[in-house]
Amino acid sequence: MKIVLEHVTKRYPNRNRKIKTEVIAASDLNFEIPDGQLIGLLGPSGCGKSTTLNLISGLEPPTEGRIYFGETDVTDLPPEKRGVGLVFQNYALYPHLTALQNIMFPLQNLKGENRPSKQQMEERAVETAKLVQIDQLLERRPKEMSGGQQQRVAIARALVKRPGVLLLDEPLSNLDARLRLQTREEIRRIQRETGITTVFVTHDQEEAMSISDSIVVMKDGAVHQIGKPQNVYDDPVNLFVAKFLGTPPINVFTGEVKNGSLSIGEEAVLRVPGAPDGEVSVGIRPEGFVPDENGAFGCGLDRVEIMGRDTSVVFTHPLMENEQGRAVISAELAAGLSGDKVRFSLKPNKTHLFGPDGERIRFDI
Amino acid sequence: MKKQNLKAWLYLLPAIAFLGVFMVYPLFDVVIYSLEEGYNSASQSFFGVGLYNFSYVLHDPYFLQAVKNTLILVVITVPVSTGLALLISLGLNSIKTLKNLYQTVYFLPYVTNTLAVGLVFMILFKKTAYSDGLINLLINFFGGRSVDFIGGPYWAKMMVMCIYTVWIVLPFKILILTGSLASVNQDYYNAAKIDGTSKWRTFWRITLPLISPMLFYLIITGFIGAFKAYSDAVALFGVDLNAAGMNTIVGYVYDMLYGNSGGYPSYASAAALILFSIVFTITCVNLRTRKRLQF
Ligand SMILES: Nc1ncnc2c1ncn2[C@@H]1O[C@H](COP(=O)(O)OP(=O)(O)OP(=O)(O)O)[C@@H](O)[C@H]1O
Ligand SMILES: [Mg+2]
Repeated sequence: MKIVLEHVTKRYPNRNRKIKTEVIAASDLNFEIPDGQLIGLLGPSGCGKSTTLNLISGLEPPTEGRIYFGETDVTDLPPEKRGVGLVFQNYALYPHLTALQNIMFPLQNLKGENRPSKQQMEERAVETAKLVQIDQLLERRPKEMSGGQQQRVAIARALVKRPGVLLLDEPLSNLDARLRLQTREEIRRIQRETGITTVFVTHDQEEAMSISDSIVVMKDGAVHQIGKPQNVYDDPVNLFVAKFLGTPPINVFTGEVKNGSLSIGEEAVLRVPGAPDGEVSVGIRPEGFVPDENGAFGCGLDRVEIMGRDTSVVFTHPLMENEQGRAVISAELAAGLSGDKVRFSLKPNKTHLFGPDGERIRFDI
Repeated sequence: MKKQNLKAWLYLLPAIAFLGVFMVYPLFDVVIYSLEEGYNSASQSFFGVGLYNFSYVLHDPYFLQAVKNTLILVVITVPVSTGLALLISLGLNSIKTLKNLYQTVYFLPYVTNTLAVGLVFMILFKKTAYSDGLINLLINFFGGRSVDFIGGPYWAKMMVMCIYTVWIVLPFKILILTGSLASVNQDYYNAAKIDGTSKWRTFWRITLPLISPMLFYLIITGFIGAFKAYSDAVALFGVDLNAAGMNTIVGYVYDMLYGNSGGYPSYASAAALILFSIVFTITCVNLRTRKRLQF
């Protein structure tokens, strides 16, 4: 089922009565989630991700705007009528019920004709448990299971009603790094198998990029960019998005554009035809640096780090925002580096310019 | 490991010493008293050793009356007060405006002196030759006949006693239950809401199991408290409880020690031990069912 948000805004009254302003948890959200897709809702803590999810699930009514599932306006429908499954940040499994009882719980709420017989309920619960591969653990209580297993029970409980929409609120935040990798693949698999439109909330950009069909990048309640993960990464609309995506993060310098040429400090480092003259922030992705003796851009060389298959050059530059920057290069090129200086030539498609307001300034490549 | 243990014991030593002096030693003493037949407190002498004291107490109509009163009190007030407290807490928990005010109002009786509350109850329920209390005025208003709740028939006195006890124990239970209701994670309710769980089912399948540890705590302490009732009866019916027919087991023990019929520490000890064994048994049964029901 497709989900459409139209000018959705959520304001909370401020707790502190002396402050008259309201907390804007979501401001003018406008986007469409196509049927059967997995969307990653991404942003720093407090940016309104959970709020957006609660608006879609119906736990919170929007202050303004409309929400559609398919063609139906669900804005005024209570949560139980919307047919959504929600996996909470902390799973919210009922601690006194076994895994099987937890999974069956939503089915037992059904009334009238929709209500399956006891046996059907159990069959469906077991079937769903098999999908998330916890059919061995059905007699256990939540506290007798690992974080990852609990999470799968929570997913099974959300899926057992066969909802049209599955919402996951940072479901992996309680897991260790390995389990996190494994479980996110699992979520992807389950989503593919069931074809349920899914919204996946996370503040971990890598997580969002790796499993989403599209990502929605949010900050301070507003959507900054929507698109395929790779597109957003390659073509950020502003400095915030550019900084938020990518590990290692993008390196940001202050520079100046003059007559179609970008200079950082004294050095003219790149031709940027079409860019207007003026002060700019220059964001260069770690893979945008190519070590080159005759390169235009000189930096201080701190050290060369070899981590697994990646070789990264840690460098310094007086006009850089952070103390140290990182360039990821191939091992062969790293071999030639020595001393305390390094020169790079820059890849134009990995170099982004941003105006003083943080908005992207485009130039012709 | 050994060292750790030693340290732990050392930390516990002051508490153990106090318990030993003020609990264990008196307990032994009580057992000894209860077995000494014909003990005379003036000469500190006794005839022999045996179970006669227990037999006397168990055949004493005053004691049997006290046991009956206490049992009625326990059986009625514990479930009623716990259930009522749960209802009120649920109500308090679901309102938003003036919640704190109501919470304070419900807690006030707890900080009020028992005897003062007893006085108020007496004024509310009393009936003298010349005047009626508020309750009797109400009964008259609805066409009933005045009842002397304080000095009248047994059922009337028992009713006042039960209402009074419920009133006294209610605030603490409400305090505990509102606390434990508020501490139930809101996400459980949100999850239930998403799944379309009815209010009724949410209460029985989610709220109740999640607060059941506190509920059990209240029931157990409620039982123990009701078995040890005494001051409540005094507050309502004065010190001569045997005459009023409203004595409790603890009241009987007290009377045997210091009352009109006082000076019988052996009978008092025997009665105290009987009370102890009743409370102990019931607490054990309670704890057992609790273990079985626990999640
Ligand atoms: N009930 C509420 N009343 C007032 N303000 C609220 C309420 N709920 C959320 N907010 C505010 O709205 C903003 C967005 O909150 P939200 O929970 O959606 O953040 P989030 O993106 O999920 O963050 P996190 O990653 O930490 O979970 C925050 O600034 C928060 O303080
Ligand atoms: Mg959140």
